[in-house]
Amino acid sequence: MIQIEHLTKRFDTASGTLVALNDINLEIADGDIYGIIGMSGAGKSTLVRCINMLERPDEGSVTVHGRRMQDLKPAELRAARREITMIFQQFNLLMQRNCLKNICFPMELAGVEKSKAEARARELLELVGLPDKAEAYPAQLSGGQKQRIAIARALATDPKVLLCDEATSALDPKTTQSILQLIQKINRELGITVVIITHQMSVVEQVCNNVAILDNGTVVEQGPVSAIFSNPHSEAAKRLVFPSGTPEHELLPGRRMVRVAFNGTQTTDKPLVASLAIECGALVSIVSADTRLVNGQTLGSMLLALPENDAEAEKALAYIRSYPGISCEEVEE
Amino acid sequence: MAEFFASKDWQTFLEVLPTIPMETWETFYSTVISTLLALAIGLPLGVLLVVGEKGSICPLPRWFMKLLNGFINMLRSVPFLILMIIVIPLSRMIVGTSIGTVAAIVPLVIASFPFVSRLVETSIREVDAGVVEAAQSMGATPMQIILKVMIPESLPSLIANATIAATTILGYGAMAGIIGGGGLGKVAINYGYYRYNLILEIFATALLVVLVQVFQSFGTRLAQKCDKRLRK
Repeated sequence: MIQIEHLTKRFDTASGTLVALNDINLEIADGDIYGIIGMSGAGKSTLVRCINMLERPDEGSVTVHGRRMQDLKPAELRAARREITMIFQQFNLLMQRNCLKNICFPMELAGVEKSKAEARARELLELVGLPDKAEAYPAQLSGGQKQRIAIARALATDPKVLLCDEATSALDPKTTQSILQLIQKINRELGITVVIITHQMSVVEQVCNNVAILDNGTVVEQGPVSAIFSNPHSEAAKRLVFPSGTPEHELLPGRRMVRVAFNGTQTTDKPLVASLAIECGALVSIVSADTRLVNGQTLGSMLLALPENDAEAEKALAYIRSYPGISCEEVEE
Repeated sequence: MAEFFASKDWQTFLEVLPTIPMETWETFYSTVISTLLALAIGLPLGVLLVVGEKGSICPLPRWFMKLLNGFINMLRSVPFLILMIIVIPLSRMIVGTSIGTVAAIVPLVIASFPFVSRLVETSIREVDAGVVEAAQSMGATPMQIILKVMIPESLPSLIANATIAATTILGYGAMAGIIGGGGLGKVAINYGYYRYNLILEIFATALLVVLVQVFQSFGTRLAQKCDKRLRK
């Protein structure tokens, strides 16, 4: 388990002190795929670097598997870093070493015997699907292949946690898919906890179980991906879930409005709007609607205009409130 | 034409010619040895200039970095001709004499290692900060980062810069002819400058040019050959 408590990080810049992270509290369970999402400059990269102490926090603590990271002595920290490995947006492979030697590198640092390291590296090449690239140099590979080698390298020391810092941001959509599938496979088969830093909502949608939304150095929202996607509360979350702008609605004059959020259960079996009309006799208008598939569940939200008649509106609202598998809130004008 | 071959200059040229291979060899080996020694001192200093900075992998006290930078700049600003004369006592101390090819190696190394350390500094700075960070994230010690990341990753650039250093040292070495250093520089100065023998002056200079070409093309080829960033 990774516990982050009251984490604060400041940077001294020419124009004064910048608070990059402000009182962050997060808990990441073992075996989870946890997403940390935010716009650029939100502090995501600083946050992930505080987990393996590439950045030293100013306040608060980071505890990984019961050990407070900032209390570790340099040698202990280096040992701990073999269990918390990292992949990067720019892959960061050694350009003067071939793929096999790149994967051997962390084992070489740890003093693993050369023949053992090479055998392990070949296994890992197999795992990431590039067994024929052992002798190739990084410059001869595509972006997706480079990231696969970087993943193999990150797995070389049998880590318990894999930190992914914008690992798919430099890749095209199709390659992104295949890298995410590989990360999922690693999580499933090797039981490695994965922390994914990204600004791409689609990445979180596809692989993460839980997510924290970071904005201006603070966590504005966190929880299961499905809950946050179906019903984003914070401004930052809405910006990310609806990248082309919140489905802003022109409120129908004189009509009461209600926002309905599906959280993935039953909604597809029993259509809400039709049921409202048939079972409740209430004719509602759909002002806006947005649905998406997250982890195989249909999630989405809909803005409904209730009937003009007050009594009917009240009745419809009560019906929606009692409807299973959805949540709703009235939107004030 | 017959007049030319009968001239005193030509006669001297013929007399000196048999010694030219030896002089060329002396220039060659004094350049190579001086370059290697300058690298032996300049490489660690150049690395230190990068890794000792604030925020790098092995930050050193600010006063120390200032002192180091000041020391290197100071040595670099002393003209080679003056430096050669200043270090005569030092040459005597180290090699027992201040005259000859071996004695000239002392001022050559002293004059070139600060220059080499600046060249090394620029090479090491070219190493991608992301790669260094990746090594740190894998638990590399600062020494491992220097020896296994910084130097190997910048090797093509280091070789190219060592070549620049070698050709510069070759030029300095020729100058050492003035204070009694050996080699082609001595031939050009002693016969060409002091005795107005234009033939020997041009001939010795031409050989120096050829040597520079040899060093340069060898260095360029080696740098390219060991650079794995180039797609083949």
